[in-house]
Amino acid sequence: MTLLTKRRLAVLVAGFALLLSASIVAGLAIGPSGLSPQRVIRALAGGGSPADADIVLRVRLPRVVLAALVGASLSVAGVLFQALLRNPLADPYVLGVSGGAALGAVAVMAFGASLGLGYAFVAPAAFLGALAATILLFGVAGARGRLSSTSLLLTGVVFNAFASAAIVFVASLAGLAEGTSIFLWLIGNLSSARTDEALGVAVFLVAGLGCAVPLARGLDLLALGEEPATQLGVDVPRMKRLLLLATALMVGAAVAVSGLVGFVGLIIPHLLRLVLGPGHRLLIPAGALGGAAFLVLCDTVARSLLDGRELPVGAVTALVGGPLFLVLLRREQGGRGMR
Amino acid sequence: MSPALELRGVTLALGGSPVLRGVDLALGEGEILGLLGRNGSGKTTLVRVATRVLEPDAGEVRLGGRLLASYTRRELARTLAVVPQETSVPFAFRTLEVVLMGRAPHLGLLGFESDRDIARAMQAMERVGIAHLADRPVTVLSGGERQLVVLARALAQDASILLLDEPTAFLDLRHRLAVLTLVRELARSGRSAIVVSHDLGLAARFCDRLALLCDGVVLASGPPGEVLVPGALRRAFGIDADIVPGPGGAPLVVPRLEGPC
Repeated sequence: MTLLTKRRLAVLVAGFALLLSASIVAGLAIGPSGLSPQRVIRALAGGGSPADADIVLRVRLPRVVLAALVGASLSVAGVLFQALLRNPLADPYVLGVSGGAALGAVAVMAFGASLGLGYAFVAPAAFLGALAATILLFGVAGARGRLSSTSLLLTGVVFNAFASAAIVFVASLAGLAEGTSIFLWLIGNLSSARTDEALGVAVFLVAGLGCAVPLARGLDLLALGEEPATQLGVDVPRMKRLLLLATALMVGAAVAVSGLVGFVGLIIPHLLRLVLGPGHRLLIPAGALGGAAFLVLCDTVARSLLDGRELPVGAVTALVGGPLFLVLLRREQGGRGMR
Repeated sequence: MSPALELRGVTLALGGSPVLRGVDLALGEGEILGLLGRNGSGKTTLVRVATRVLEPDAGEVRLGGRLLASYTRRELARTLAVVPQETSVPFAFRTLEVVLMGRAPHLGLLGFESDRDIARAMQAMERVGIAHLADRPVTVLSGGERQLVVLARALAQDASILLLDEPTAFLDLRHRLAVLTLVRELARSGRSAIVVSHDLGLAARFCDRLALLCDGVVLASGPPGEVLVPGALRRAFGIDADIVPGPGGAPLVVPRLEGPC
């Protein structure tokens, strides 16, 4: 068998980086005015025609970069939730943590102006919403150690139902006009991508990865259980605190700029585990790069599938992710990993 | 010389009810101590206290003469290896990968296993007799096989003290004997072990000393012949039993069927 070595890690991460680069070039090339990959690369390098440079750098690049950052954040958050809850079905969207982030963000969008809070407060509010939902979730899960898949999913259903109801309530209070834009945003889309948003998400993502990467080996040990991990030298409470913070940062940032994009944190870690195995030293960087590539491609489909109209990217990830997840679930239940 | 592991007056209540009440226990170097007692008598809690997963309300635990509290988690993991009652792994790690996790306390946080670590893990798997499972995902192994994987992981940890919490619960008779023979061999090379067990016969044959725990108190401790006596067994397990000499002189407990349960 092939064990993970530094060399193998470097080669595989480079491979995933290449995959992401290819999907970014595809995302920049495909659109109403189709460009060849060569023209995209020339524009990226500062050459080519001014029109190409305008399309690639000004119109498409911010959105593609934002899709990559959101995809990476959601995918890594999925990896971390699954490891922390010791359950491959855990995911920020399914568990309602994204819903908590959305509630925080919507509250600021609805009432922020009257409280003197500008748009800059949306991301911090989403972070706080995600953090509150995560702490609540771990409070429920932590009381009895490891939750069964059934209890976990039921907890998620309840959390999501509560968050949706609260969002509807807040949106209704805010008045219909604002409410409509809120609902569009909640389907999950990247159409209003701006460079400063991408920068903000990048900061949250780097901070989250900075917490998670050094703890990757500890997450492997956590698969044995909290007590065995402790007995193998892991400071489990400290690790959990840091990773709760990391996931809340990443989910909060992703939801604040893109709304509720589902299934990325579920599908990508699942697929990667099938191909690469469950070791987190590889799964975390591969999850970031793979999730980024996936959402760039989904968003490219979302804005080019229908002529002259856009699908929300959340609809595309759900259409791709839902059926794929059912296939994976069946496969997994064939094995014995789901107890 | 101070004992390898020593508990003095350890008292602990969980959820308001006392679980350990002034437990004194010492484990010598190269000694195997069998920990017996009925379900809920405090055996597993004692293992948790000895690994500082739980802090005692009163009393102290010393490891090699040093207070347990003065050890870092990683130092502790290099000294004490635990085989828990049951392990379930939610992700499809391969057997060799799980055994290699035993090397974690010896490596840096991002540490990659060296060839030496891999050799240690392979060696541990061979000793336990699971080398042929190296490449298999642990999620498809049977309960008994998983228990052997966890034992191999504990061996790979290279700790001087092993705490085995019902290590043979899921094993057939041949594997039970193999595991306990292995623990005996380890003791000969200077390692110490506490073995929690419900198998009084095997405990009497393989352990140097036994300690009988009842409602969080050590009822009796000493050589098997002194601990396994009708009076103590009645108090600890609520059974009437005859003690007959077994093979090699170890006492054999024969419960009377009509005894109160």
